[in-house]
Amino acid sequence: MEGLELLIAASLNAGTALAIAGIGLLINERAGIMNLGAEGMMLVAAVAGFATAVHTGNPWLAFVVGMLVGAALAACFGVLVIWLNTNQVATGLALSLFGGGFSAFIGIPYVQEKLGEQPQFHIPLLGDIPFLGPALFRQHPMVYIAMLLVAVLAWFLYRTRAGLVLRAVGESPESAHALGYPVRRIRLLAVVAGGAMCGLAGSYISVIYTPLWIEGMIAGKGWIALALTTFATWRPARVLLGAYLFGGVTMLQFYLQGRGVHVPSQFLSMLPYLSTVVVLVLISRNAAWIRANMPASLGKPFFPGS
Amino acid sequence: MLKLEARPEPSSRMAIASPLIALAITLLIGVMLFWILGKDPLKGLQIFLVEPLKNLYGLAELSVKATPLILIALGLSVCYRSNVWNIGAEGQYIFGALGGGWVAMQAGPGTEWMGHAFVIPVLLAGMLAGMFWAGVVALLRDRFNANEILVSLMLVYVADLLLGWLVNGPWQDPSGHNFPQTITFLAQTKLPRLIPGLRAHVGLLVALVAVVCFWIFLFRTYRGFALQVGGLAPAAARYAGFSAQGALWVALLISGGMAGLAGALEAVGPLGQLTPYVPSGYGFAAIIVAYVGRLNPIGILFSGFLMSLFYIGGELAQSRLGLPKALTGVFQGLLLFTLLACDTLIYYRVRWHQSATTSAGSATLAAASKEA
Repeated sequence: MEGLELLIAASLNAGTALAIAGIGLLINERAGIMNLGAEGMMLVAAVAGFATAVHTGNPWLAFVVGMLVGAALAACFGVLVIWLNTNQVATGLALSLFGGGFSAFIGIPYVQEKLGEQPQFHIPLLGDIPFLGPALFRQHPMVYIAMLLVAVLAWFLYRTRAGLVLRAVGESPESAHALGYPVRRIRLLAVVAGGAMCGLAGSYISVIYTPLWIEGMIAGKGWIALALTTFATWRPARVLLGAYLFGGVTMLQFYLQGRGVHVPSQFLSMLPYLSTVVVLVLISRNAAWIRANMPASLGKPFFPGS
Repeated sequence: MLKLEARPEPSSRMAIASPLIALAITLLIGVMLFWILGKDPLKGLQIFLVEPLKNLYGLAELSVKATPLILIALGLSVCYRSNVWNIGAEGQYIFGALGGGWVAMQAGPGTEWMGHAFVIPVLLAGMLAGMFWAGVVALLRDRFNANEILVSLMLVYVADLLLGWLVNGPWQDPSGHNFPQTITFLAQTKLPRLIPGLRAHVGLLVALVAVVCFWIFLFRTYRGFALQVGGLAPAAARYAGFSAQGALWVALLISGGMAGLAGALEAVGPLGQLTPYVPSGYGFAAIIVAYVGRLNPIGILFSGFLMSLFYIGGELAQSRLGLPKALTGVFQGLLLFTLLACDTLIYYRVRWHQSATTSAGSATLAAASKEA
């Protein structure tokens, strides 16, 4: 089938941002914090990263700025939910609403801006393999970095002491506290790390994937990334798999249109959102299974000494 | 150092003061923002907060925008009180506009006998459509345990795209020069206006009646009580025999119906036809309205007008000061953020601990900070 290698390549590219944001949120949720502000953090990081790229022409600097912005916003969220014990759902929502307004506000000068020509990436030898080359080995380095990040996170969570502590904090903060671990500081670190990842994902979307800035351009990817953690039953490798699947669904609309399938474009655009719903339904159907996999104290506040 | 100390019981005074403190902090940040942007802060605040209230036209516009906000927020208050997290009111609002709009398009020579009463089936259809869209969320949550936060939000995008398809396809006005819009609704289906020449419409009265109804429902009926117990103490509610599933359905259907009603009112009120610009963010802003109004119908009445003021102030700041309209979104988000922070004061009080100089003192301090 011609064009299939391009569909695979585009799916990997589209899934990369979802994967990065998804593992960021996974770190949060493993520590027991649900941050619904992902969409807002990604939007602000997207515009901040884009502005950096416009002024400096350096996409890597843009990623760093995006990460810093995401981390800073997540820190605000973290202080509120961890030290002031505000409701996690409401606070995350506030962050998303604020991020939407704030990114639109600071992004106005950049709406018409364009980034310079993107360099083409091509891994020597591997990139020349027929079919597999264009499908897998001609991607932006961030695509491979995302895969690496997933592997590092899996190693961290299951093979290191710090990862064990992080999981303990998410499962039973009381026990972790009793063992002398600073539960709230660990949770804040996890939230900030998750925010940095969301920021990286946001800036990747505006600087490499699209690459331009439009108001609200994240278009629900933050929320889909949140759904991904449930889809993955909180396992890093499954987040990556899910992200590529969703990337594929997103790209399918262009592929189908290109092949002359006559379905109104709006219905094809619905696919990522509808499949998120379908996936949530399929995964959540077995409540016992979800309970067995979900970090036990997800979304629950913890106050030491009460 | 500052330390939070749990209050023996939540402070009811702080519950009322907190939104006011949050508003003050938001305005303070607003002043700084105007200053950074090189605009006169006082003039900025005056345009944002005072100018819209100066004449009858401004007040009428204020009510036009407050009406959907109040209606949606009332429904959401029931949801959030029963711990059901419907954040997709925007989608239910779009569905309400679709349902109401479809009925409005059926008006013609055969329906003239109904006169302005035609508005009633329009609004009912809007409510039903909104209930249907929220009902999908309830069904998926009830039957399949799917997270209602994510499902309701995803359905906003679906509703938006469905609207886009309808006004570009089957519902497009054949004589509309291919613009993505439906026919202009007939005069018979339009909402009667309160004052000739101003856009304020009877929807405002509907909202006021709804405030009273919701107050009675929440605080004076068995069903309302059961919902709130379910939200505050699920175990106690189970013990009392209040069905959690029932609460889920009631909460979602009520909030969906209210958002749908708001959408239908908007369609046959200020808009007068369906376009891709039906979604206006009211469904999201109403979340803030519900919180700032303390999930209390009376409070929501006030916060609805406050949020409407932010909208109109933003438009005025755009036309008079050349500031971007997105400023409204910044203020709305900030307000909710600061409000949630201030709400801590309801349950905790801030104590100032003298920093100890003796070694024994610093030892306890170290112990205390370790605990934190």
